[in-house]
Order: sequence, then structure tokens, then C-alpha cells
Amino acid sequence: MRRYVMVIDLRRCVGCQTCTAACKSANATPPGVQWRRVLDIESGEFPEVRRSFVPVSCMHCANPPCEEVCPTTATKKRADGLVTIDYELCIGCANCVMACPYEARSIVRESRYAYGKEPIASEAARCDSARLGVATKCTFCRDRIDRAASTGQVPGVDPDVTPACVNACISGAMHFGDIADPGSNVSQLLAETSNFRMHEELGTDPAVYYIWNHS
Amino acid sequence: MSGPTHLVPRRQGNWDWRAAANFICGGSGGGLLLWTACASLGGSDLRAFVLAALALIGVGLTCVWFELGRPWRAINVLRHGASSWMTREAIVAALLFCCGAIALADAQQVFALDVSGVLGLAFLYSQARILAANKGIPAWRHRRCLPLVIATGLAEGAGLLTPLALIKPAALIPLSLLLALNAAVRLLAWQRYLPALRRDGAPVGAITELQAIDRGSIWSGGAVPIALVLLAASIAQPLLAVLAGAVVVFTGARLKYTLICRASFIQGFALPKIPVRGAGVTAPGVKPGWENAQPKARDRTKSSELA
Repeated sequence: MRRYVMVIDLRRCVGCQTCTAACKSANATPPGVQWRRVLDIESGEFPEVRRSFVPVSCMHCANPPCEEVCPTTATKKRADGLVTIDYELCIGCANCVMACPYEARSIVRESRYAYGKEPIASEAARCDSARLGVATKCTFCRDRIDRAASTGQVPGVDPDVTPACVNACISGAMHFGDIADPGSNVSQLLAETSNFRMHEELGTDPAVYYIWNHS
Repeated sequence: MSGPTHLVPRRQGNWDWRAAANFICGGSGGGLLLWTACASLGGSDLRAFVLAALALIGVGLTCVWFELGRPWRAINVLRHGASSWMTREAIVAALLFCCGAIALADAQQVFALDVSGVLGLAFLYSQARILAANKGIPAWRHRRCLPLVIATGLAEGAGLLTPLALIKPAALIPLSLLLALNAAVRLLAWQRYLPALRRDGAPVGAITELQAIDRGSIWSGGAVPIALVLLAASIAQPLLAVLAGAVVVFTGARLKYTLICRASFIQGFALPKIPVRGAGVTAPGVKPGWENAQPKARDRTKSSELA
């Protein structure tokens, strides 16, 4: 069975936040809401100081705690591994926000605009009232992936059907594909490298892998 | 994902006093309903306490309704009984109000009251499981949080039942013993929870908030009301028992408010492996802002190395 995952090579990420900007552009998230962002982590003590850039978002877990707790069935896991939210069902109880250990979800209760109380033209054009008062999060650019079924393109290979953040990455750190396909780009990358997933001990089986070294 | 790129776990901002009110009022109401059903087995008409329990649960649910982002769709809460404890809480609440209404309408409906008592316990259990299922909040998902929340609700219920001793002096001793036992169990649950949370690891902020009420939970939440209620039983002074009950209810509410609104720090982020970059070697992982990590970094992220 197909399962889409994201593989992020932390050795390559330079923390430019282009993926963050691409996500905001693609999904028109309001100010203060970032479905994707890049953590800037400094660690160690002089002279052994390290700086790591870690892109994070919804991890599209195979065992999503958000889906388990959702009282309305608004949050669902698809057969291809994507965790989705039905904005028409969600009541904005925020139980999923509490259940997610990745800070992936937000609830915005009233419209926010970048410049004051009135939207600029682009905001007015893309404002979606269905997203107010409900949980929202990264969709892995679901619409693009779904388009692949009709076009015959391959998510993770063809940019038209690949998440915007992956397309935008300037250093080639982000990869997307089907982990169930042993020949896919992501399967090969994971086979060749040392990697981990965040908070694996919580049993969520996240779909975002982080490469930290060669095999 | 909101706000700037926080690294250190911060307090959740979605459930405020309204959610806490649901856990405070609903938990104590569920506990009161259970103990009222048990007390009614002696044949007394305790409908005033049933009414109080239903009112408490109703107030709690009303408060949480005001917190919903889309309150007019609240009926959707009933759609996921297969795994959501919030759905199960809502279903139990609906059944509870039906049984409670029957018990209120007719004092002879002992069966309805008994079922209401069981449903009160089920409501309390559902609330505890709602917290336990939230993997994003380490202080809630800890395995010893669930017995603590249940014990707190039961103790509060026993505390709210103590005014019965003013009406029926013969009930003073059993009510006092019930309250003392429940307060002792809650104290035990608390004393098992906080050290275990600290040992197993939690955000520093959560530990700090819980530590701030530790002394109060032990003394005013446990030792003092137990001593008061035992004294009340020994000198046949029901007012003292009511006072002890009030102390148990107040300290239970404070504990739950702290748990829901103050100690609810989110998981935060962790790097189990530092990526191998220019230096060609890795370094110990980091888990910023956690109690069980050794503070190492002096940088702006205040990162700490994993123990």
C-alpha cells in the first residue's frame, strides 16, 4: 500500500526558510500561522558548538493521535498516509491540538491580515472563511498529490504534483515520495543514510524522516 | 503551527479556564453523583444532591461549549465513539442527564439513581482519559495522571456530599470515613504522580508549576481535611466535616486548574542526533527545555543535552 513520506537531509538544510515562505504562498495561511517552519537549534558548549536547522510540520503519522482523539471524525488518515481535516465537520474543540506532539496544528478564531484590519487584494482573494474556528495544518499539498491520479505524474518526482516546500528547497534537502515503493527516491535515500524520526518513542509512526549522517 | 519558532516547550494556549471548569465541575459532579447513588442505597431521598451533581456537570459542559471554535456544530462531537474519549464523554453525559432526570422526577426510581451513579463514574473516567490521550502534553499523558484525576473527582464528590451530615446526623461517621478515605487516596495519587513525572521527564515549566502546589496538595489537600473530618466524626460535629469537604473541593479545583491551565506545557522538539556537517562528527542530541536533561548550552536557545 502506498505511503507518502518526506525525507529531510539535515546535513543540507541551511535554514533559509524558503520552504516556510513557499508554504505560506501555496496555502495562504494567515499571519502567525505556519504550517511549515524551520527550527534553528544551537547546542553544545564552546568550542564544540553546533547549529542545526530542522524543518518541521505535520508529520502525517501512521498512528495519528490527533485522529484518535478527534470527536467529530473531521481528522482522518487516508490510505496513502496523508492526515486530513474536514473543515465542515471540525468544531474547533482543540483536542487534536493537545494530542499532537509536533505543534503542527493551529486554530484561528478570527480573520488576521498582514497589514492592519483590512485584507490586501491577495488576502481578500484567497481568504477562506471555512478555516476560521477550526483546526488547520500542513496537508502535504494534498491537492497537488491528488492531481497525480489524473495526470499520471509521480509525487516527489514531478514538481506539479509535489508539495510546494519540497519544490522550493534551494539546497535539495527535502524529498517526497512513496516509501512503499522500494525504487522510489525516498526509499533509496533512507537505505543509503542514517536517519531518525522525531519523538518516535511516542508511537506515532511519523512520516517525516530526518537524515543526519551517511549510512 | 502558530507563532515564532519556539524551541523550548511553552504552555498550551487553546484550553483556558473554560476547559478547566469542565474538568473541575464535571469531575466533582460525576464523583458526587456516584457517592449520592451509593448513599441512597440506605433509602434516603437525596434528590437535592442529584440535582447539584447534574448542575455541576451541566455548568462544566456549558463552559467548554463556549470554548469551541464552531459551537453551533457541537452535535458533531457525537460522531467518533470508536476512539475519541471526548465523544464518549458526551454520550455518557447525555445518558447521565436522562437517568438523572428520571431519578429527580421520582424518588422511588432507585434503579435510575443507581445507573446515574455508575454514569457519573463513567463521566469522570472519560474526562481522565481525554487528558491521558493528549500525547502533546507530557504532564497529562503520564500514566499516573489518570488515577490522579479520577481520585480527585471522587474526593471532590465525597466532599460535596458532606452537607448531608447536617440533615442526617447519623450519616456523619460514614460520610467522614468516605471523605477521609478519598482524600487519602488522592494524596497518595498525587505523591505518586509528581515524582514519577519528574523521573520520567517533562518540560521544566510543567514541573515548576506542579511543584508550586506540592506542599499545598499534601497539607491542605490531604493532611488537614483528613484530620478535620476524623475530628468531626469523633466529636460529632458535622460542621467540621462540611468544612473538611469544602477544603477537599477547593484544593481539588486548584489542582485541576493547575494541571489544565498552568502545567500544560507542550512536548517541544528534540534532536536525537545532531547532523554531521562541517566537523564530520556528530554530537549528543538535544531536547530543549526538559527537566531530565542536563543543561549544557549557554546560547539563545538554551538547549540541553539529552541525559
